[in-house]
Parts: sequence; structure tokens; C-alpha cells
Amino acid sequence: MSPSGRAPGPFHGPATPPFERILEFGLVACGLLSILTTAGIVAVLAGETVAFFREVPVRAFLFDTQWTPLFADKHFGIWPLVAGTLLTTAIAVGIALPFGLLSAIFLAEFAPARVRSVVKPLLEVLAGIPTVVYGYFALVTLTPLLQRVVPGLSGFNALSAGLVMGVMIVPFISSLAEDALSAVPDALREGALALGAGRLPTVLRVVVPAARSGILAALLLAVARAIGETMIVAIAAGQQPILTLDPRSSVETMTAYIVQVSMGDVPAGTLEYRTIFAVGTLLFLMTLGFNTLGLRLARGAQRVG
Amino acid sequence: MDPSNDKIRVEGLSAGFGDRRVLFDVSMALPARRVTAIIGPSGCGKSTFIRILNRMHELVRGAWASGEVHLDGVPIHGPGVDPVLLRRRVGMVFQKPNPFPHLSVRENVLAGLSLTGRRRRSEAEAVMERALAQAALWDEVRDRLDAPAGGLSGGQQQRLCIARALAVDPEVLLMDEPCSALDPIATARIEDLIHALCADYTIVIVTHSMQQAARVSHRTAFLLLGELVEHDDTDRLFTSPRDSRTEDYITGKFG
Repeated sequence: MSPSGRAPGPFHGPATPPFERILEFGLVACGLLSILTTAGIVAVLAGETVAFFREVPVRAFLFDTQWTPLFADKHFGIWPLVAGTLLTTAIAVGIALPFGLLSAIFLAEFAPARVRSVVKPLLEVLAGIPTVVYGYFALVTLTPLLQRVVPGLSGFNALSAGLVMGVMIVPFISSLAEDALSAVPDALREGALALGAGRLPTVLRVVVPAARSGILAALLLAVARAIGETMIVAIAAGQQPILTLDPRSSVETMTAYIVQVSMGDVPAGTLEYRTIFAVGTLLFLMTLGFNTLGLRLARGAQRVG
Repeated sequence: MDPSNDKIRVEGLSAGFGDRRVLFDVSMALPARRVTAIIGPSGCGKSTFIRILNRMHELVRGAWASGEVHLDGVPIHGPGVDPVLLRRRVGMVFQKPNPFPHLSVRENVLAGLSLTGRRRRSEAEAVMERALAQAALWDEVRDRLDAPAGGLSGGQQQRLCIARALAVDPEVLLMDEPCSALDPIATARIEDLIHALCADYTIVIVTHSMQQAARVSHRTAFLLLGELVEHDDTDRLFTSPRDSRTEDYITGKFG
């Protein structure tokens, strides 16, 4: 406030009372803390990754087919870990996409309000179950069951880890896809119904295609979630970096490898220790890519809807 | 008017949503191959009335209707009448143009046939060309049949919606304020179109424009607060209304 001749009354005090100033400072500090933390993580990841690639050529990382940094005969080919990650992710999304999309269609287009108010929270509970519970469920319940019907299924395997992870991400897909379907204007549904189309053709051939970018966003965000999921795969998929796409086999995902090394007794600062940062950087880039693309599509879908 | 010439007969129709009643005991006959305009101030039940004629009304949660509606003498709410099949005989054009944005012009026109599994490859092109010609749109879009429908102007989109409705070969065409989102030139084109189409179709048009009703219709019904006040030949209703409320409305004393 500019100095003036006016006597300072109760409404003419300083523009910002001291208390508000403290509050404002606190809020800025909180915001900065999370930004700095993120920046710090990225900096450490980048620094250690650069140090890693000073010792291991990028060529070895990208073109070797074995991942054995903890053995005497060291190989640093990332593909076994990437293959394990993509395999479990593909199985998970293969389960979650049809179930998630169908439940979204049911909830958005067919379910009466009462059914919806019960089913929706129930589905969301799936996302709230601790992943360690999912992991043990896959290891001690699902795998023995599957072993009766799938010959050659090993004790740790990509199949049951992927299936259980698929159940976990169903609500991710269903709730985002449901939002996308609900955002489709009623005018399109009415337009189709007025042409003498039944409910099902209207939904499948008019409403779902109109919501396709939102549905694709749901899929990409679910993929990012599956790639980054750690506990289920660390428990149920095993820790053997085998380059394979056989779902019956034990595989090691990128996340499971990071757990294995950081929980073990590898001394900090060694090359073995740095491998987890190189793997972490790749993981970070993959999930970041899927997330960014997914969010961009989701925002685009909202604008259209 | 000869009753055997009535395409639709409405008897004692009441309707509403939940506790709210929007139509009170409406009875009227709609002659075949004529244009009937439904006029009245906002909220008088015009849209509800025509949405009952193709049973779109019942899709709204809490909607109800009582009374009888006959199409060619058959009650449309009777047992054994499938509303989906009814809507293929009674087409509808909405207030805001609603082409399917993810489909091309061609696919939009043929959407009714595709969605109902009646599309024949051999006939599709002929059906599309006929429908677009009937909607006076063929010359404007013949070079961009595969372009997305969203790229057309508002007036073109509305004529595309008319073509889409005509492609399934209905007998009745319901139009719910089809020009309210359009400029005067596009409106004039749609009105010309209505003139031409009434040779083959029974048309019911809801409008809040009395001038439009006077220009396009043979018969006019005036609804007020859910009640049918007057229903007569358009010329007579506008020149010598029998009810004082009609006179007040058409002379602009309210509405």
C-alpha cells in the first residue's frame, strides 16, 4: 500500500498480514520440496547412469542378449529384463483390456443406477488391495492351480504374475474408459436410436468409436502402471533374467531386478550397484512415455466430449 | 378431413417425467403426406409430444405416457410393437445437427442401414445418392463423400441428418426445431426441402417460430402448458383463430 495521509484503520493495514505471509511461504516451500525431490531423483538417476555407461558401452547394453552383472562372467544386455517386463505387461493388459472395457461399457451404458452404485466401488477396491497380497496370491494360489492345467509351468512364472496384475489394473481401465464413454454426447446415442438401431449396435458402433481416444488413453495409462508394477512380479515371476517370451517360464522384470539388487548386499558405488540406475532410467523413460501420451490423449478426449 | 387419410391419431395423450406432468389429454389427427406444425412457447410440451410419436420419450429416466397413439390404425404402445422397428418407420431430425463425427459423409447417410444390419453392398451407393438428393445435399458433397461429416457447415450437417433419416425409408419424419441452430439461408433451404418431401412423407415439425409454421405447414397445432389449445388448417389458425389464447400468442401478446 502506498503511504498516504490516511490514518491506518482496521481495513487499511498492510496488504498481506504477517500470518498470511507465513502461510504463503509454507505453501511455496511444500511445492518446492516436491519439485526439488523429483529433480533430485532425476539428477541421481542421470548421474549414476552416465557413470554406468562410462564403464559399459551402450552397444553392450543394447545388443547383448544376456544380463548377468552379478556373475563373474558379466554381461549387460538389457533385453532379458525388457522382455520379462513386456511379457508380464502384455499378459496383464491382455486380461485387463477386455474386462475393463466391458465393465466400463456395462457401467456407462447399461447398468441401472443402483447396480452402478454397488459395482463401481467394488471394482475400485481391486486397485486398493496391497500389491504384496496380489503377489502372494499369484505365487501360492494361482500358480499351483494353473500348474494342473498348464504343462511345464514353473513355480515362478510370467503367466500367473501377469494374470493377477491384469486383475489389479482392471479398475484403471474401467474407470477411465467409463469417463470417456459418459463424455460422449447423448445426441449421438439418440441419433442412432432414432434410426431404428438397437441398444447394442448403438453402443458398439457409435458410442465406443466416438470415445476411442479416451479409451486409448486408459489403455496407455494402464500399460504404464503395469510396466512400473514391482511387488507382484518380484514375488511371483521370479528373478531369472531369461530372454524368452514363453509365459510358462520364470522371468525377471526391470522392477524385480532393481528390488533384487537394492535388497541384496551389493556395495554402493560399484558397477553392479550402478546397473540398477541404468535399468531405472530406462524404466522411467518407458513409463514417462506411456503416461505422457496417455494423459495427452485423455485431455484431448475431454475437449472433444 | 377424411379420417381414413390420417397417418397418426393421438387420443387422450398425457405424459410427463416423474411427478411433473407436461402433456394433458392431447388428442389430434395428423394427415398423411401433409406437414403438421406444432407451435407453442418454450416448455409447452412440443418436444415431448413428438418424441412420443417414435417412442424416444420413454428412453428418458422417469418418463411416462398414457393414452393412445395409432400409426396407420395400430397402437404404437401396444403389445408386440418393437420400438426399434417403429423408429425405422418414424424417423427423426433433432434440434442440433448430430452427425456421427467419426464417420464420413457416406457412412453417415448409410449409418441407419449399417446399424440395423440391412446394408446391401449393391444398393448402398444408390440409396446414398437418393437420400442425399432428397435432402438437397448431393451436389454439395458429391466430391467429398469420404470426408469426415464434422467438416460440413451447420446447415449441411442438418441436411446430412435429414438424408440419414431418409435413407432408412421412413413413412413419417419428425423434426424437432430443425432450424433453431441454423442461419436464415440454411433455414430457407430446409424449409424448401420440407415442401418437397411432403409429397412422399408425413412430416411433423416442432417450431417456436410462427412464421416458419405458417410457411411450411398445412396444419398447425398450438400447445400451451401441455394442453392442445387449437388444431386447425394453418391458414385458418393464423387468420381466424377460434381461441383467444391462440390469438394472443400469434399476435405476440406473450410467448
